[in-house]
Amino acid sequence: MDDNNKQSVVNMECVRLDSGIDYGFIDQVAQESEQDPALCYQCGNCTAGCPYTFVYDIPVHKIMRLLQAGQKNTILTSHSLWLCATCESCTTRCPNNIDVARIMDVLRHMARREGHVTEKRVKQFNDSFLKSVTKHGRVFELGTLTSYVSRTGRFWTDAELGPKVLAKGKIATRAHDIQGKDQVAKIINRFLGDEKK
Amino acid sequence: MSSDLTYAYYPGCSGLSTSKDYDESTRAICTALGLTLQDIPDWSCCGSTPAHTVDHVLSAALSARNLALAESMGVDTIITPCPSCLTNLKVAGHRMEKDSFKQEVNALLDTHCANTVVTKSVLQVLVEDLGVQRIEEAVSKPLKGLKVVPYYGCIMNRPPEVMNFDDPENPMAMDRILTALGADVLDFPLKVECCGGSYGVARKDIVIRLSGKLLELARDRGADAIVTACPLCQMNLDLRQAQINAALKETFDLPVFYYTQLLGLALGLRQEEMLLKKLVVKPWKVLGRIEEPEAAAV
Repeated sequence: MDDNNKQSVVNMECVRLDSGIDYGFIDQVAQESEQDPALCYQCGNCTAGCPYTFVYDIPVHKIMRLLQAGQKNTILTSHSLWLCATCESCTTRCPNNIDVARIMDVLRHMARREGHVTEKRVKQFNDSFLKSVTKHGRVFELGTLTSYVSRTGRFWTDAELGPKVLAKGKIATRAHDIQGKDQVAKIINRFLGDEKK
Repeated sequence: MSSDLTYAYYPGCSGLSTSKDYDESTRAICTALGLTLQDIPDWSCCGSTPAHTVDHVLSAALSARNLALAESMGVDTIITPCPSCLTNLKVAGHRMEKDSFKQEVNALLDTHCANTVVTKSVLQVLVEDLGVQRIEEAVSKPLKGLKVVPYYGCIMNRPPEVMNFDDPENPMAMDRILTALGADVLDFPLKVECCGGSYGVARKDIVIRLSGKLLELARDRGADAIVTACPLCQMNLDLRQAQINAALKETFDLPVFYYTQLLGLALGLRQEEMLLKKLVVKPWKVLGRIEEPEAAAV
């Protein structure tokens, strides 16, 4: 056995299948994603095709197995949920037609609702984007970037791209407010109101 | 015939900003080929990735406001050049086929969405409604001698149950169009592999690795240029190419066109109209390799 394999045996986590299964969690994921997690037979095709495994802490087929075992906390505190780009490779290639990317999205919704954010910058970027849509009705890319930079304090983010982008007029420097921007803001605010209930 | 080719047009937010070149070249080639685009009045953002990562009803509602606006236009199809907009509009329509989901979406909207309009990509209607044959007949300046790899990005065709267009693993629509334009289209096994998507800002390391792989394969295949259909892919491969070079100690020098820009050139439209000057990796040397028809005829 080489060192890597020894290491993975040492790191292996024991899951108590007699007492540690959160059945309510499995049901909730199944209901929100309209998918049956039990259909997964661990062929590993999703992970084989996933371009993001190199940054995941838990590969996607293991997320599926942990889901079958009702391991809510392990899943919702993983980095993988926040790094999935919904590229649909897993969904397209699952031999049992499980919409794996939809399950990953639903798990991310749950992690967000329960306050588990393992990739803060990813969430902050998405929040900045939606804030811009709430304000203008369309996303104002430069405004989104500025808001992201001020929230994260990452002032050097892409700073070197600035001259290229501005010289070529690659990015609009003024927001396009639509007439119905209030309607768009209402969509988002109604959703946020429902979520609080 | 031309009356059949009338569509509601959804440009997407990036079309007003970082992919203005895609939007303008799309409009120009559609006009030249006899497609009529009617902008959806006062369209709003589809929510893109940030919305669907928060909630599926929210995401569908942001898209459905636009579906509802299109319903009032008396057209049956919306077309959009952007795969991210395409996915959101199509997924919203797909999920709203379920009544309970449609009710939840409509509860967030001011104007009711009946979900009667379908959404397709500009690429899909070019291939299915107009046909590659008609494109080929309209070519006046063939792209002879230009070696290109077509890169579709990950969500133009996936998941197949929702996108319902072309092959999800080996799409051929752009290959066929580019071949009709006279270009030398090379096989590109990573044509649906993700470029890193919207992680360019928050996790640049991801885009460097994934887009770096695409640039590497394109160069190793001997391509003069990459051809894309997605604003985010184009930005990652073009604008970030120098960042990728710096991080990977590489020397990639590959122009990244929108397929609509090359289509416009082959139709004889002016370079200025295709906004080629917006490309960060300069395309002039590569475009100089296109053989003049006179020279080719001799």
